[in-house]
Amino acid sequence: MALLEVEDLSVSFARRGQRTVRAVDGVSFTVDTGEVVGLVGESGCGKSVTSLAIMGLLPKQPGLTVGGKAVFDGTDLLQLDDRSRRDIRGRDIAMIFQDPLSSLNPVIPIGLQVTEVLTRHRGMKGDAAAKEAAQLLDRVGIPDPKRRLKEYPHQLSGGMRQRALIAMAVACQPRLLIADEPTTALDVTIQAQILELLKDLVRDSGTALVMITHDLGVVAGMCDTINVLYGGRVVETARRRPLFREPRHPYTVGLLGSVPRLDAGRGERLTPIPGSVRDLLPWAEGCAFAPRCTRRVDACVGQPPELVSAHDGRSYRCVNPAPPAGATPAAAPVDPAAPVDPAASVDPAASGEATSAGGQVPAPREEEKP
Amino acid sequence: MTIISGKKREKIDRLAELAAREDERGVSLWQDAFRRLRRNPAAIVGAVILAIFVLVAIFGPFFVPYGPKDTMGIREGVVKVGQGLIPGPSSEHWLGYDHQGRDVFSRMIIGARQTLLVGVVATLIGLALGALIGGVAGAAAGLGGRWGRMVDATLMRFIDMLLALPSLLLAVSIAALLGPSLITVMIAVGMVSVPIFARLLRGSMIVQSNKEYVLASTSLGVSKSRIALAHVLPNSLAPVIVQATLTLATAIIEAAALSYLGLGNPDSSVPEWGVMLADAQPWLGIRPALAIYPAVAIIITALGFTLLGEAMREALDPKLRK
Amino acid sequence: MFRFIIRRLLQLIPTLFGLSILLFIWLRRLPGGPETAILGERGTPEMRAAIRRNLGLDEPILIQYGRFVKRMIRLDLGTSISTKREVTTEFLQRFPGTIELTITAMVIAIGIGIPLGYLAARRRGRFLDYASVGGSLIGICIPVFFLAYVLKAIFSENLGWFPSSGRQDPILGATRITNFFVLDGLMTREWDAAADALWHLVLPGMALASIPLAIIVRITRASVLEVLGEDFVRTAEAKGLTENVVRRRHVLRNAMLPVATSIGLLTGGLLSGAVLTETVFAFSGIGAFLAEAISNRDYPVLMGFIMIIAVVYVMVNLIVDLSYSLIDPRVRVR
Repeated sequence: MALLEVEDLSVSFARRGQRTVRAVDGVSFTVDTGEVVGLVGESGCGKSVTSLAIMGLLPKQPGLTVGGKAVFDGTDLLQLDDRSRRDIRGRDIAMIFQDPLSSLNPVIPIGLQVTEVLTRHRGMKGDAAAKEAAQLLDRVGIPDPKRRLKEYPHQLSGGMRQRALIAMAVACQPRLLIADEPTTALDVTIQAQILELLKDLVRDSGTALVMITHDLGVVAGMCDTINVLYGGRVVETARRRPLFREPRHPYTVGLLGSVPRLDAGRGERLTPIPGSVRDLLPWAEGCAFAPRCTRRVDACVGQPPELVSAHDGRSYRCVNPAPPAGATPAAAPVDPAAPVDPAASVDPAASGEATSAGGQVPAPREEEKP
Repeated sequence: MTIISGKKREKIDRLAELAAREDERGVSLWQDAFRRLRRNPAAIVGAVILAIFVLVAIFGPFFVPYGPKDTMGIREGVVKVGQGLIPGPSSEHWLGYDHQGRDVFSRMIIGARQTLLVGVVATLIGLALGALIGGVAGAAAGLGGRWGRMVDATLMRFIDMLLALPSLLLAVSIAALLGPSLITVMIAVGMVSVPIFARLLRGSMIVQSNKEYVLASTSLGVSKSRIALAHVLPNSLAPVIVQATLTLATAIIEAAALSYLGLGNPDSSVPEWGVMLADAQPWLGIRPALAIYPAVAIIITALGFTLLGEAMREALDPKLRK
Repeated sequence: MFRFIIRRLLQLIPTLFGLSILLFIWLRRLPGGPETAILGERGTPEMRAAIRRNLGLDEPILIQYGRFVKRMIRLDLGTSISTKREVTTEFLQRFPGTIELTITAMVIAIGIGIPLGYLAARRRGRFLDYASVGGSLIGICIPVFFLAYVLKAIFSENLGWFPSSGRQDPILGATRITNFFVLDGLMTREWDAAADALWHLVLPGMALASIPLAIIVRITRASVLEVLGEDFVRTAEAKGLTENVVRRRHVLRNAMLPVATSIGLLTGGLLSGAVLTETVFAFSGIGAFLAEAISNRDYPVLMGFIMIIAVVYVMVNLIVDLSYSLIDPRVRVR
């Protein structure tokens, strides 16, 4: 059974005098125990709002409507009262945020910010809590943890801050960890370290991880299953390998096409997606991606595209998907981390367009190297 | 396959076209601020109060029923202060008589003009002097170098000295220096706001000098003094203008305080709200309304300036812009 | 930290020096002089000249200033022309009253302002929010002396709840030690004297508190609203902390930073407001005495008092800066 089952989640903000914004518009996905799931999309596609809605952290404001279900271990998180939600947060589900500096309280020492979780959920106090906090900092790779406990966020480097935030998140060994762009604000080399740390923590403790990112490199290195979001809805779901080998939704194709690759030929151009996320069609009137889509046909408009389930548990929401890259399903045990020669896996029967779209793996990151 | 209506297709095409184009919309700070100002109910209330006040101040004195010096109440024998007789509102005298038998309504209307005059002139004095000192200090700090830093430091020390003086004391001693008069009140109240304006403009200019566009202009070879005058200064003015609006409110209140201390215009034949309020103090027991009219007028006017000023501050705050 | 204090105190010296020069020139330019205040309009030119010679006012201004500075270095502020007592004595006798009044006003302003501003922010857009924002706007716009009169008229003259003037009922014959009447009462265990002094402080304290109260409400509200939207508050919520802990530890502590700054500035500004309030309530502090000194052209009193007030103002701001570095670890004083 799935650990977290998000079903038809929708979040809309209604403002006086302005039209209602549907930030999340029917997102569904599941996370199994110990699984690493990616939520990928451009900024503004609703991935962060999705995570905040699951955590119940959306700022309370008039006009905010949250619909659908988010069932965690049998209980619908969206139906819980404030108290029970606070009990679950930090203990069973924890979250890591994007900007470690602004996410830490600037006027309180790191130590207290770690121990307060221990006090709240594990009833630890005084020396015991301090000792455990030091161990946690040590576990996330912060050197000299005893001294760091007394320091303030501004005295730590960006990477150390993010490690401290991670320590707070894993303090109670949660069953689900949600990481919202955990590396976006960091230097590339630090990014790799943090991702490595997250991977280790997840592997060691069996914690499930929802990785929210716009960075396909992060996804390629970590995720078991990937959900691609566009306009507040999941447009494609697939295991990692099939997704990179043969993306079916034109948006996924576009995302992959926008990433520079090491294995690209010289002079080969990147293919950016025209326009921005704001130019979208309401899902009720057709495919939200249609205005920017290169494979747009008449059928894209009029009614929302149905979710098409394909082999291998993958599904996509498109009436005119990119053709599969190979005649045979992507069962070949290719290490997705290793650079893939597109020509090797392409069926000669496939169209040229598929060749350019399929089989792409973004530049491998440092931590991927054996 | 569904059939697409022509309208839908049109919409798609329009969106596709939009998507292909770069985002061109760019609204200037001031336009944007003004647009948000119009949407803010507090700003509207403030503006309406001020509009009424200014209209009354400008045109009111032409339509008043009685002269401000006409002590008709005593002449007609209806006002007998000694017996505690100061008649209240009637159909002829809407706000009644004051202790000298003059028509309060007429004096209130004419007083509006004097009050506006005091507030505006005092603020202008403070603004001009403060902006001069702050602008020179800010420009000097921006130019840098030994001389620039020295000029800046000297001017700021001077401002610190002014700040260390209790403001009312400053005003009182100025009033003592010049003798009680309306001009004294204006200068005294204006002087008090000099350090505020100076610090504000200097701080704002220093913030602007560190912005990237200044670096960009420098790298294009624009002269330093030109950058200070043509770029830094205009971009630093927003908080100063907001402060000027807010200062108008405090100026009117402080002018009233000086009048109360007996430093205002000794010639009470030219009515001013602060003076009227001060004059009414001895008669509070008999007719408290004599103090309440000018007090309420002062409070409402100050409220108008404050509302508008605060709304402007909000509208110009880049943090709140979207 | 220590070096920071030393440097700030050293900076005080040129400021005081400049201030004294300015004051000196300025006061000598006031029309009339102490001789007019003493003799009125009647005195003969000879009598006037005699008084001026007596006070040393006939000498060149540079020499007069030199004498002033020399005395100043020995912390001697001279003798008041009108009361013939030492300026320092006068000051020590009157300043405690003003301090008591200022402290009362700040206690009222902080005690009501911070909770009210916090509640207004939490109930944003509801009645309490509008009421406190509106109330604080009006509080800023009411002339202090008018408010003082209204309070006096209502609570003292009509209802008779509070005394209308003075610092203490002279009938009590309270013992004086520090001239802080409340403190004196507590030290000598004259409880009724302390209570009476406190009672006398309520109305003037409320009048004086109006502006700082209004400003503290607004700053607290704005600051809490800003902090509520900060990422670290979201982090605290994500940790599942109880609402109470989130509020106290994460929201309030950070929201207090700008409030602390404004409290320092406001305390300095209160010294001015005190002049008006003291006049209305016939409260013997430095305010009324200073106003009198101006009309009497009592140069030593004016010079001395203003210099001390400037020192106090700078000290208050120094304390604020120091306390700021205590609540905000990012601010390091150097």
